[in-house]
Amino acid sequence: MSDAILEVQNLKKYFKTSRGMLHAVDDVSFSIERGKTLGLVGESGCGKSTTGRVLLRLLEPTAGKVLFNGEDIAQLSKLEMRKKRKEMQIIFQDPYSSLDPRKTVQQIIQEPIQEHKLIRNKKQMEEHVLKLMETVGLAERLVNAYPHELDGGRRQRIGIARALAMEPQFIVCDEPVSALDVSIQAQILNLLKKLQREMGLTFVFITHDLSVVNHFSDDIAVMYLGQLVEKAPSDELFAHPMHPYTQALLSAIPVPELREKNERVVLKGEITSPIEPKDECRFLHRCVQSCEKCNQAGPQLVEIAPKHFVACHLIV
Amino acid sequence: MIDKTQNTAPNKKNKRRSISAEVWRRLRKNKGAMIGLVIAVLLILMALTAPLLLDYKKDVINQNISERLQSPSLAHPFGTDDTGRDIMNRIIYGSRYSLSVGFIAVTVSLLIGVPLGSIAGFYGGKIDNFIMRLADVFLSIPTFLLALVVVAAIGQSTFNLMLAVGVTSAPSFIRVTRASVLTARNQDYVEAARAIGVGDLKIIFRHVLPNSLSPIIVQATMRVGSAIITASTLSFLGMGVSPPTPEWGAMLSGGRKFIRDYSYMTLFPGMAIMITVLALNMFGDGLRDAIDPRLKR
Amino acid sequence: MSDENLILDIEHLSVRYETEDGIVHAVNDISLKIGKRCTLGLVGETGAGKTTTALSILRLVPNPPGVVECKKMVVDGKDIGALTPRQMEKIRGKEVSMIFQDPMTVLNPVFTVGQQIAETIEIHEHLSKEEAYEKAISMLELVGIPGARAGEYPHQFSGGMKQRVVIAIALACNPRLLIADEPTTALDVTIQAQVLELMKNLKQQYDMSMVLITHDLGIVAEVCDEVAVMYAGRIVEQGTLEDIFRNTMHPYTEGLFNSLPNIHNRQAELRPIPGMMTDPTNLPPGCAFAPRCTYATEACNRKVPDLRNAGGTHLVACTAYDDPQFCIDRRKEHV
Repeated sequence: MSDAILEVQNLKKYFKTSRGMLHAVDDVSFSIERGKTLGLVGESGCGKSTTGRVLLRLLEPTAGKVLFNGEDIAQLSKLEMRKKRKEMQIIFQDPYSSLDPRKTVQQIIQEPIQEHKLIRNKKQMEEHVLKLMETVGLAERLVNAYPHELDGGRRQRIGIARALAMEPQFIVCDEPVSALDVSIQAQILNLLKKLQREMGLTFVFITHDLSVVNHFSDDIAVMYLGQLVEKAPSDELFAHPMHPYTQALLSAIPVPELREKNERVVLKGEITSPIEPKDECRFLHRCVQSCEKCNQAGPQLVEIAPKHFVACHLIV
Repeated sequence: MIDKTQNTAPNKKNKRRSISAEVWRRLRKNKGAMIGLVIAVLLILMALTAPLLLDYKKDVINQNISERLQSPSLAHPFGTDDTGRDIMNRIIYGSRYSLSVGFIAVTVSLLIGVPLGSIAGFYGGKIDNFIMRLADVFLSIPTFLLALVVVAAIGQSTFNLMLAVGVTSAPSFIRVTRASVLTARNQDYVEAARAIGVGDLKIIFRHVLPNSLSPIIVQATMRVGSAIITASTLSFLGMGVSPPTPEWGAMLSGGRKFIRDYSYMTLFPGMAIMITVLALNMFGDGLRDAIDPRLKR
Repeated sequence: MSDENLILDIEHLSVRYETEDGIVHAVNDISLKIGKRCTLGLVGETGAGKTTTALSILRLVPNPPGVVECKKMVVDGKDIGALTPRQMEKIRGKEVSMIFQDPMTVLNPVFTVGQQIAETIEIHEHLSKEEAYEKAISMLELVGIPGARAGEYPHQFSGGMKQRVVIAIALACNPRLLIADEPTTALDVTIQAQVLELMKNLKQQYDMSMVLITHDLGIVAEVCDEVAVMYAGRIVEQGTLEDIFRNTMHPYTEGLFNSLPNIHNRQAELRPIPGMMTDPTNLPPGCAFAPRCTYATEACNRKVPDLRNAGGTHLVACTAYDDPQFCIDRRKEHV
């Protein structure tokens, strides 16, 4: 079979709240091949950010397995997990809060290396940091700058340099360009693509923006209220979206072109609550179609075409 | 999330400005704060050099009944008290007590309050609950009463005075630290440090505390002033330093009986306390304005 | 366009912010005319000056540090510049309404949504408290929220619904001109679709003009009739949808189109605009976009290009068009 660097099996993450158990991530399974990008797409409250954090064990999974290179990281001890962190990193959404305002660019980028004592020589460290800065397109003269002196695009590059510092195999990108201007977004996306090619990185690209994920992902997984509703290779998903939610999501995107207005799928109502969800299809209340099975049990993810998975009673 | 700042390009002035440098630059523009700072520095210098200028036995505590109750004159610019001691000398020397009580008391508060507040803010949950309820208990007892109780319990001396005042101020530092740590803890850069594998304690020292300092520093500056007042009050009531120590509050107390005809005995110590606390508060206010809010991004 | 048919007529508007880090030239000599029942999309990135322009129309630019200079600002026949603050208050919310970007912080958390809508009505229309509240409920229904929820507080609503409440407040007094500053940026894409549909319907119903500020050319294509593209405080290109989308002329507009990932046109790589947005405290003597422009020549750096008519409704500010043979790549592809 293919070389799966990451395999997620029946992952669950629940939070206890005063109103009951919040099912943030509910029985999610997928795998990612080495060197590829999985786009994790959905709107606010779908659980994609939570999933991203559980993959790195920044949040402890409630149940399920996260197999990184075959090893279940959820079972590792604190010390072992600490060592594993060298191989898996994260890039955050907000370039303003993801950098310590009291540290210089140099200090921010070198922290991971210092922490794991990968380079002890001060001169070598400085060279390594400068090389990383060059890789992400940051001018050398900024090495002693503070984050508040720089704009969003440059700050995000610092975050990327930090993530690359320990030469990881796998990086979770949590909405890395959502907070940036359009022209800067494009620069950063190109940079990430280049890094993937040159360093063989595997990405999980979390976003709500389907047009962005399209340019960047090999496979796309669509999430709704903590569950995977559809997963397929990018081209396939855009050409033949099967789940009603995916269809609505795609048709909702305003296209920067003058065309005849397509029949847009406008969803009813609002997202339902993830707290103590009932045993039915969670999309039922917003779906424009439905059948008898929809309110009896939640649909399972089934492969209806090669590598194309859908969870919908109407299709299966 | 669109960046609303008007200036999107990086600082062209090419000066590497840390946040502290930025704060100092803003502070310098605030006249009130600068005046407060200058006065505070002068007072500190006065306190430090007092033993060089005055001889404790001769100038400060030596009683000279023939010279008692003299109005301000060239020989005694602030007059003399009821035992013939020069008031100006006593005020100059007294600055050592008042200022040191203020600073040491606040140091004690910081040493108790900051660690407890950090733990409460960082870990939350039951620990947070426990520490905050403890702080609440202390806060619910009137400050002054609490200080009195502590002094009564551990005995009366200058050092114990500092401890007592320090303990009573601690809860406010627990609160301020906790609030500040709570904000810092939720920032992504803390999560980034976790993702790197940095341990909790290191995260607190390296990332959280340095970014929580601002409100703590402002609080400390303001608290020195109130510590001086509390200490003076205790001394005024005779529960602080013991005579003949020239502490300003004690001097106020000593002058009480003579306030109608020899008001200068209370006037000058009172003014000394007032000017000191005012200067420190003006500086603290200016510091707070300089730190917040523009540097919060 | 004759003056009676204009809802908004601005001539030579400039706004600068005098800060301790230097003078920020936010808006530099803008002139705009918007006809009745027309929706203008004001497009640009952060720092282009779009929000400042909008605030100027309502005279909401904070002073200090903002300094507004304007030769002519007429809204629905009234000279805005000549009004007293009192008179200006009567205009805000009644003739001209504004929707701000972040619905999460615009609503007052301690008042119910019904009360907040009724507040606008009470101030501008001479109705009793009860009548105003009745009208508030009907406004809620209009934007698709059950009237029974008028007694609820903002925190009980989701982001999309809060934005609808904000729209209800803005429309409560039947404004002639609605200024919407990135009204859907903070919303999920399916909710954005709902809100945009709502806005399109209400526009028809209320027969009003709109200035829609956005960085999203997709939204512009859907909702707007005309477009003005801003860069560094100036309008660099202006025209109808046709003009801008099919006949793009300015290199910056072309750059914007190239940076956009387009789900219907998936290229191998995005072509971002190189470099950084110009520093508004340090504008170059010539065209502000020249340092980033692939077509720039020496002439571009000498003076700021005027906004000139390029045929019919289409205006463009680009020195390159002095050469009648000049054509940008995007135009070549379409022709």
